[in-house]
Amino acid sequence: MARAVVTVPPKAKRGEIIEIRTLIAHRMETGFRHDSYGRPLARDIVTRFVCTYNGAEICSANLFPAISANPLFTFTTVATESGTLAFKWTGDNDFTLDATASIVVE
Amino acid sequence: MSTRRQFLVAAGALVIVSRPSASNATPAMMQEAVRKVVGDAQIRKGKVTLDLPPLIDNGNVIAMSVSVDSPMTPTDYVKAIHVFNEKNPQPNIISVTLGPRAGRAMISTRIRLADSQTVTAIAQLSDGSFWQTSRDIIVTVAACTEEIS
Repeated sequence: MARAVVTVPPKAKRGEIIEIRTLIAHRMETGFRHDSYGRPLARDIVTRFVCTYNGAEICSANLFPAISANPLFTFTTVATESGTLAFKWTGDNDFTLDATASIVVE
Repeated sequence: MSTRRQFLVAAGALVIVSRPSASNATPAMMQEAVRKVVGDAQIRKGKVTLDLPPLIDNGNVIAMSVSVDSPMTPTDYVKAIHVFNEKNPQPNIISVTLGPRAGRAMISTRIRLADSQTVTAIAQLSDGSFWQTSRDIIVTVAACTEEIS
């Protein structure tokens, strides 16, 4: 069910600063809401995001219930070499989601 | 001093102390969360830019971006960006770890806010210093705690 959309420019010049946009489908239930019977809804959120560039970590984030449903996260990195960017999200109820994107650096 | 008066004062104090505050965080809780991240270090104002709309209809989805004035070189870069709120059930919003490879210290995401309040962004630089900026935002429809019907 869960799905990730990652936007990385396919090509970049060496040393160029590129913007990376990530968006995943996740309801991010806060754990502070109740259903129509007044029962509390259990927390179900994404708690961690990590991005690696050819194996080296370039950006990571701890997420809290104050992040909207379908979390979007945008950051930048310097295009150093051709290769693969790997993205990993983990969260409550053993949630994991992986995505990769390749980039050619000239 | 009559015992009746003493009793009333004590009862009044009890009411104030035990007022329910479980639903939402308070500015004091935010300060506690900030101290957990920052420790005893001094937090200076400036360097950080926090982009938030001044007024938002729907507190469930608020575009937020944070940037820090930094050259992002291997010797002078932003290590982390933390964002806090005063009145959501929890004071933390997001904590991002960056490095010199980011090129630019800029992140954006979408957040939830339960009430009109002040949002604070704190940046930790590679030299160990902390910088912060705050933004006031008016939220007309709150997020996080609304009931499902």
